[in-house]
Amino acid sequence: MIPLALLGAMTSLQTIVLGLIALVAIIAALGVVLHRNPVVQGLFLVLNLLAIAGLYALLGAYFFAVIQVLVYAGAVMVLIIFVIMLLNLQPAARGGSGLTPVFFAFVLGLALVSLLVRAGRSFAPPEAALAEGFGSVAQMGSSLFMGYFYPFEVISLALVAAMAGAILFAKRDLEG
Amino acid sequence: MPDAPSAALLLSAVLFSIGTFGVLTRRGAITILMSIELMLNAGNLALISVSRSLPGGGADGQVLALFVLAIAAAEAAVGLGLVIALFRLKGSIDIDLARLLRW
Repeated sequence: MIPLALLGAMTSLQTIVLGLIALVAIIAALGVVLHRNPVVQGLFLVLNLLAIAGLYALLGAYFFAVIQVLVYAGAVMVLIIFVIMLLNLQPAARGGSGLTPVFFAFVLGLALVSLLVRAGRSFAPPEAALAEGFGSVAQMGSSLFMGYFYPFEVISLALVAAMAGAILFAKRDLEG
Repeated sequence: MPDAPSAALLLSAVLFSIGTFGVLTRRGAITILMSIELMLNAGNLALISVSRSLPGGGADGQVLALFVLAIAAAEAAVGLGLVIALFRLKGSIDIDLARLLRW
């Protein structure tokens, strides 16, 4: 058993780390939305994804944290940054932000934040102890290949269809 | 003091709203795609933080989050293909230029 004082110290440390991660994630998200240069936006998005991966690890979902770093911050972001570099956009061709909708979007976004935060506060997760093996590869694998076998297969089909579609869109002429 | 799952839930609400703000206000197609990635990630964060305290080990939320991850990857691939096609057609990725189907 962990002594109670040590547990308290651990909880406060966890709170500090949680606050830091949340701060980094929010600043990086604002950077994605507000910065002008697409390359910088992409790097801010990588920072945001890494912060969220840290949060997953803090929540105990270690396997998903690794997946997040490998698939999201790795593969998907390489794809996005590759396209940004490929297009090599001049500032005029980047597309700015319309000024009139910014105000309305800001008001609507604020309303959305308050609604979601209210909903999140009213939902109190039950204080259950962390289940045995939560976040482990074994738990996820057995759930994926037994309970969720057919959805898993359908997702793989969707992924193949999306890849074929992406190649079709990006192809210069369909006959050649 | 909020415990970690509720704090993660609140953070996911804030991140989702920031992503929505980006989708509504920006006109660059790649920026909009990245904002959508932000929103999908916020959804994943909510799924994982809720699944942690569910009965039955909490694997369901993680598997759903994995599906969201796969769909996000597919969305990124198709979206970037569309962006390249738009750039080839118009010389710019401003989505205000793509209004062929607008009435």
